[in-house]
Amino acid sequence: MKTYSGILAALFTTLVILGCGGGDKGDEILIGEFGSLTGTTATFGQSTHHGLELAVEETNNAGGVLGKKIRLLVEDDQSKPEEAATAVTKLITRDNVKAIIGEVASSRSLAAAPICQQFKIPMVSPASTNPEVTKKGDFIFRVCYIDPFQGEMLARFMYNSLGFKKAVILKDVKNDYSVGLAQYFRQTFESLGGTVVAEQAYSEGDSDFKAQLTALKAAEPEAMFVPGYYIEGALIVKQARELNMTMPIVGGDGWDSSKLLEVGGQAMNNTYFSTHYSTDDTAAAVRSFVTKYSARFNERPDAMAALGYDAGLILFDAIRRAGNTDGTAIRDALAATSDFTGVTGSITIDERRNARKPLVILTVENASLKYKESIQP
Amino acid sequence: MRLHKSGLMLIAAIVTGFAISRFEHLINPYYYQVLIYIGINIILASSLNLINGFAGQFSLGHAGFMAVGAYTSAVVTSQLHFASSSMLNTAAFSLALLLGGIVAAIFGLLVGIPSLRLKGDYLAITTLGFGEIIRVIVQNLDFLGGARGFTGIPKLTNFVWVFSTVAIVILLVSNLINSTYGKSFLAVRDDELAAETIGISSTRVKVIAFVTGAFFAGVAGALYAHFVTYINPAQFSFLKSFEIVVMVIIGGMGSIFGVILSAILLTILPEMLRSVAQYRMVVYSLLLIVIMITRPRGLFVRTRTAKQSVALKTLR
Amino acid sequence: MSEFLQQVINGISLGSIYALIALGYTMIYGILRFINFAHGDVFMVGAFIGYFVAPHVISLTGGSLWIAAPIVLIVTMVGCSALGVTIEKLAYRPLRSRPKLTVLITAIGVSFFLEYGGQLVFGPDPKLFPTLIPSSSLINTQHVVIGTNSIVVILTAIVLMLLLRFIVYNTKMGTAMRAVSFDHRVASLMGINIDSVISFTFVLGSGLAAAASLLYASVYPSINPLMGIFPGLKAFVAAVLGGIGNLAGAALGGLIIGITETFVSGYISSSYRDAIAFAILILILLFKPSGILGRHDRDKV
Repeated sequence: MKTYSGILAALFTTLVILGCGGGDKGDEILIGEFGSLTGTTATFGQSTHHGLELAVEETNNAGGVLGKKIRLLVEDDQSKPEEAATAVTKLITRDNVKAIIGEVASSRSLAAAPICQQFKIPMVSPASTNPEVTKKGDFIFRVCYIDPFQGEMLARFMYNSLGFKKAVILKDVKNDYSVGLAQYFRQTFESLGGTVVAEQAYSEGDSDFKAQLTALKAAEPEAMFVPGYYIEGALIVKQARELNMTMPIVGGDGWDSSKLLEVGGQAMNNTYFSTHYSTDDTAAAVRSFVTKYSARFNERPDAMAALGYDAGLILFDAIRRAGNTDGTAIRDALAATSDFTGVTGSITIDERRNARKPLVILTVENASLKYKESIQP
Repeated sequence: MRLHKSGLMLIAAIVTGFAISRFEHLINPYYYQVLIYIGINIILASSLNLINGFAGQFSLGHAGFMAVGAYTSAVVTSQLHFASSSMLNTAAFSLALLLGGIVAAIFGLLVGIPSLRLKGDYLAITTLGFGEIIRVIVQNLDFLGGARGFTGIPKLTNFVWVFSTVAIVILLVSNLINSTYGKSFLAVRDDELAAETIGISSTRVKVIAFVTGAFFAGVAGALYAHFVTYINPAQFSFLKSFEIVVMVIIGGMGSIFGVILSAILLTILPEMLRSVAQYRMVVYSLLLIVIMITRPRGLFVRTRTAKQSVALKTLR
Repeated sequence: MSEFLQQVINGISLGSIYALIALGYTMIYGILRFINFAHGDVFMVGAFIGYFVAPHVISLTGGSLWIAAPIVLIVTMVGCSALGVTIEKLAYRPLRSRPKLTVLITAIGVSFFLEYGGQLVFGPDPKLFPTLIPSSSLINTQHVVIGTNSIVVILTAIVLMLLLRFIVYNTKMGTAMRAVSFDHRVASLMGINIDSVISFTFVLGSGLAAAASLLYASVYPSINPLMGIFPGLKAFVAAVLGGIGNLAGAALGGLIIGITETFVSGYISSSYRDAIAFAILILILLFKPSGILGRHDRDKV
């Protein structure tokens, strides 16, 4: 009993000590980040955080912004919307950050956006694709493309470039991103004249998809659309191939991770997915990002890392152009962002505060990625 | 006499709430937000305490009732919200809270009835299952937004609403427990067979506990929805139910004030742990284990009376 | 017809995985009468032990999987058993005479600790599990495919169940386990060392979780720290469905859930898949509250 009480006391003391410190310094610009460092989508939160950290380090090494260093304050939201709201309120009202970066999941961005709007603090979301997010107010921006654009482009790609008329969809019913992509894909694909002959669903965290795949196979499709994340995507493709489903399989930017090929291997051949950039891209920005990221974190960057990096650089660029750290000035500068050369392409912020940028389609041949085509918005 | 006294206390509480809310703008918005979550968690934990602590029915599906309340009220205010007049807003919101509670109570009845045949772990896993089924159904309903969630809920929840509801729940639970009715709750919890032999209907007790508990979980869900302004089904998974159960157990099952204190503590604790970022949840779960081992009857239950000791024995 | 046959095969191979995890659940419940919510997370740790150990073992044995796979299995089982016994000693034993709910909350705490600790130590991103069972197709026609790994899973599940049955019914320790499960106090009066019986139960239960995790990770070769949550929950439902504490019941429950999930998502609607296991559970419990093969414990007046 005594030892346990001792542990308890020790833990509390540690917390009190850790709780101290911090404080605002005049020669720094405070930027807040909220993300899923723990919980169900921790892998995306941590990738984004790494990308952003790299952006901050690079900017500071190059002399910072407006003669000041950037200091990044990161808050964990445990992958929960209500925690996101608390984290952002804390960052704005306790830590007095000048701008907010976050979140990957639209659900958390939707909970946090009204708060940023209320306090007139600009918020840049790296990867929330639900169109509703930036409708929360004129201080809310994003650097990724939205579900309707990506869904439409993938449907056009399947219908026009690949020439298929009969498709099936396997979506993640628990995940708003996947549900959104599936909906807009279907709309466009059908309006072009194609038919979606069957639609099945799975839930984030599942690892057996054979029941759904067997049912989809019976519908005899020419191609399959699997919006969702790479974690399930690789297993789905693998199991489809095991069931002798050899048709082309198309995914979205949630597939972009080196893990996709690691897990899927040769089974990934004859798949296509949309993304922001190709790691084989010869553009200087991409090259240097991939090299630096791999050296710093000992892993290849995925799409989330690249988007976190770009979200940081676009925000710092806007602060530089604004000339001061006033929320409204930063907002105006962000809104005026045009042809910014990021890792994820040339980004222009449109009048709805969404990023307009090209979409790259990659394909897998002999278990390695190949550039297929670029689609301009 | 008792009702009269309770009424007065309630009015006093609500007046206090209004008085405090005058100084709302002086509180830092972050602390204000944590304060609101504390209130909502007190409502959730106290209402679960009624089912778990007083009626002795182990439920792991509280988040499901919360979801029902949250979604029902969100649908109501999205249909009724009149931004032009604060009077109408108040009326619309009262209606939304009430409907959220009532629909959740109906679900409480649906869950309470099968619970009559089940006990202990079987009941626990069944209620967990009910909660998950509710979540999956909401996830598939397009008019509720499905997995993409329900957006654009007006921010109507404020300190007065939460404080008043907390006051109502606490008064109701403590009055219920001190009434003859409440004694029959404890009797069923301590020994169902013995209670039946002295003419207490255990069916009635269990159903009332589930319906009342679910009602307030629904109201809490409604307050939550109108504070965060965005809800999606994933927020109401079994992990949320676990959180509420943990509050009840750490506070001490059947201890009204212990549960209130633990709801406060467990809302503040993760905030205090913010500085340790990634280590936060590891530290939190370690603390949970240590608390359970050092204070297994609840953090705030100091001594036990003979009666409680018997009660706890039967719960094993 | 071929679709139907394929779905039957899918259902059985999924069900046998649930059954494997459910066996460990049901054993611990049978002895201690509490839901070990951390079982699914011990299962996860097993997969990670395999992930770290397998490459070394494979290179030491010169790439021969016939020798490497059993070694990895033994190492993982020992690792998980040690973890299970440690958890029992540190977290559950001090609470043994406390209300069951207290232990349940502690188990939830342990489960969170392993999940969040796993995210911290292993990283939250999924890892590729190395090949231990070469995957090829046993039967491969245009319409019906049976993979070797499904067969290995089914065979292992059967062997482990028979082995467990033997241990529980034909050994001295097994008799002691049954005595403890019947009544702790009486068993200790008969001179049975309760502590060692419970430790042994955790060794067996966690060892089973380890075996299940290796098979699971071989069939679905992507592992992450949260991978234990859903299989754990489904397996628990399977154990309750079959009658918790009953070995054959756990296997039966696992199969029923696997097959029903497969058929409902294949023929009715896959968007409700998460709810299926629970819906079956509620229906069965309403009609037979002790589970399919469970004993019905009457209240003693």
